[in-house]
Amino acid sequence: MVTVPRRTKYGPQRPPTMRVAPPRGPTVSAPDLDVDGLLDDRANRIIVCCGAGGVGKTTASAALALRAAERGRRVCVLTIDPARRLAQSMGLRELDNMPREVSGIRGTGSLDAMMLDMKRTFDEVVEAHAPPAKAEQILANPFYIALSSSFAGTQEYMAMEKLGQLHAESVRAGRWDLIVVDTPPSRSALDFLDAPERLSSLLDGRFIKLLLAPTRGPARLLSAGVGLVTATVSKLLGAQVLRDVQAFVAAFDTLFGGFRQRAEATYALLQTRGTAFLVVAAAEPDALREAAYFVERLTADQMPLAGLVVNRVTTPAASLSAEEALAGASRLDPHDSTQSAVAGLLRVHAERVRVQHREARLRRRFAAAHPTVSSVAVPSLPSDVHDLAGLRRIGELLAG
Amino acid sequence: MSPRGSTDHSTDWPGVRLHVVTGKGGTGKSTVAASLALALASRGKHVLLCEVEGRQGIAQLFDVPPLPYAERRVAHGPDSAAGQPGQAGDVYALAIDPESALMEYLSMYYRLGRAGKLLDRFGVIDFATTIAPGVRDVLLTGKVYEAVHRNRRGKNHRQYDAVVLDAPPTGRIAQFLDVNSELAGLAKVGPLRSQADNVMSLLRSRLTTVHLVTVLEDMPVQETADGIAELHRSGLPVGGVVVNQVRSRALDDEDREQAMAGSLPREAIETDLVKAGVDVTPQLVDGLLQEAREHAERRALEDSQRARIAALDVPTYDLGRLPDGIDLGGLYELAADLIDQGMA
Ligand SMILES: Nc1ncnc2c1ncn2[C@@H]1O[C@H](COP(=O)(O)OP(=O)(O)OP(=O)(O)O)[C@@H](O)[C@H]1O
Ligand SMILES: Nc1ncnc2c1ncn2[C@@H]1O[C@H](COP(=O)(O)OP(=O)(O)OP(=O)(O)O)[C@@H](O)[C@H]1O
Ligand SMILES: [Mg+2]
Ligand SMILES: [Mg+2]
Repeated sequence: MVTVPRRTKYGPQRPPTMRVAPPRGPTVSAPDLDVDGLLDDRANRIIVCCGAGGVGKTTASAALALRAAERGRRVCVLTIDPARRLAQSMGLRELDNMPREVSGIRGTGSLDAMMLDMKRTFDEVVEAHAPPAKAEQILANPFYIALSSSFAGTQEYMAMEKLGQLHAESVRAGRWDLIVVDTPPSRSALDFLDAPERLSSLLDGRFIKLLLAPTRGPARLLSAGVGLVTATVSKLLGAQVLRDVQAFVAAFDTLFGGFRQRAEATYALLQTRGTAFLVVAAAEPDALREAAYFVERLTADQMPLAGLVVNRVTTPAASLSAEEALAGASRLDPHDSTQSAVAGLLRVHAERVRVQHREARLRRRFAAAHPTVSSVAVPSLPSDVHDLAGLRRIGELLAG
Repeated sequence: MSPRGSTDHSTDWPGVRLHVVTGKGGTGKSTVAASLALALASRGKHVLLCEVEGRQGIAQLFDVPPLPYAERRVAHGPDSAAGQPGQAGDVYALAIDPESALMEYLSMYYRLGRAGKLLDRFGVIDFATTIAPGVRDVLLTGKVYEAVHRNRRGKNHRQYDAVVLDAPPTGRIAQFLDVNSELAGLAKVGPLRSQADNVMSLLRSRLTTVHLVTVLEDMPVQETADGIAELHRSGLPVGGVVVNQVRSRALDDEDREQAMAGSLPREAIETDLVKAGVDVTPQLVDGLLQEAREHAERRALEDSQRARIAALDVPTYDLGRLPDGIDLGGLYELAADLIDQGMA
């Protein structure tokens, strides 16, 4: 039996402040992350890219999947809300919730890609596991509609569900030997791990049980307290809400077990040796703080952490200190056209160096607090990443 | 000093009392909301900055201990342009969580004694604040509503000239604010329904506006455009677009064109670098030229995003990227920029 860790009742479990040791000087550096080793090791069958919002999870997943495919693996990548142009470059024109082959892959491997359709995944699970009449009833229930299309956490839950399905298919049909998973743009990287448990424990929670009681147990179970509670809830939300929820729960009841079981099985799969988590972060305090929480959580849950990708780092191309560059710029005549251009070059450089220093400081801090976590830094490209060539470039940078 | 609640016509948003700040995740919503609150707190105004996502982002930005469900002063407003001391206002902050908001709501309207605890024990609070669709949002926006309308009622509470809400990201904003339709089909009657109606009438009124934060990149700008369209569809008032993390403009158009084309005059540059007192090596010049090309390429992308933003036809405000990151001093700097541009 797998125990899925519970969160505290009110909000996520996380330390109130950043618990990071001060930098121990410039010598503290993380071991290098061997990305090609990770991709080439056939024992690795699932790679999960997680991290804070906007850091480059989707880009990293697609780049890793492409690189693995071009190194000979048969890969499926599950992306979540990719940028339109990136999706198009992988041939993902419509959201049909099925992996499609990506053309233009070099070598003997293959790459299939898909975009997650959260509502459709939820609907399909209901349809697959409930008798038709009941499924129809559930799909039309207003409470179910709200839950499957807008509940914060449903996307994570359905990403897990889809991962479970893809994995089962890869085992059954042998179509893929590696699944790369992107994670939803949630505010916290931990949501991916916690949402399924949160949702299923709520669906299975005390209040819902209580709502079911009158239809199931003897009437004497309805103590005065329960009566008071249901009365207050109906007064507050209106009796219709209770009726909708009751109808949903009654119809969904037999599906609960299955949902929960699958979520637990997928969670257990994530704890096995064939899985590798890559934590993606930007060299920003917030993103690195999220990465730190995530790393600590993976360790606590014995989940296999492959390493940290620090994406979009600033790398000056010239070696000249920011102070020298700015001092030089101030010596030039702003009214002379080449001199002002050269002053501009020096200022552009100085800004890059300043940003680089700030980023390096943040990365050193992370490394000091997590000395065993391997990492790789991916420079910020001057353009967006929206085609296979761009993904290849990111793949090369990831491989160091 | 302007009297409480009066309108100030020297800004772009006279009469607005509730500024909602949204944007794609990570673009700078919290940073901009905090800077806007500071900016509004100049001229002796009292401003409440609210967050609703349980992240303690405000506490981190202002470098204060985690905020409880209570209003705490986190900063003085910047001194007004006239610079007379004592004229600056204050920024208070409040972290709204749905559980506390629900308990407060229940105790206000029902004087629940035993029932409050019972509700909690039976998992109702959890249910109502997490899965009952829309309820969570009504509770969060309901508290904001209370803070905005406070001026007209209670005596014991602090009154604010403006409230700034660090809101959920663009992808969820219309749903978050459109509490009415969210509850529709669920709660058709009941006190929460009337609470939702009150909130809606505030949000759709001239007292409210919704600003969107973006950076000059494809996806955030796309989300901004989609967000504005959705706000319009929901009848919610669209405010300004804050373009955040704008890069320095160190090179002019002609220099950037040449940098991209690789036609910057190398020899003249070497001569001027010597004049600037820099040790010139071929690698240094190569490096500077490469940096200039990359800078120009990024700027060209940014300019095309700017064109898309201009086509949205809403007021825009620029905030530069602070190379050393955001700290309290940085927030005041950004606030001053917003004041200069007329946002506050
Ligand atoms: N190394 C890089 N250099 C330049 N641009 C990059 C780099 N990595 C990612 N990007 C760009 O950054 C943007 C955000 O990346 P991406 O969509 O992968 O982030 P994400 O973590 O998946 O975001 P979300 O949390 O919204 O899902 C994209 O426009 C992408 O092209
Ligand atoms: N003008 C700026 N200059 C430099 N750094 C900035 C600027 N604005 C924001 N940042 C940095 O960008 C990061 C994201 O900013 P912020 O937390 O305000 O975004 P957000 O939209 O609230 O994010 P989330 O969606 O996670 O709530 C932070 O590390 C912040 O310090
Ligand atoms: Mg993504
Ligand atoms: Mg924020």
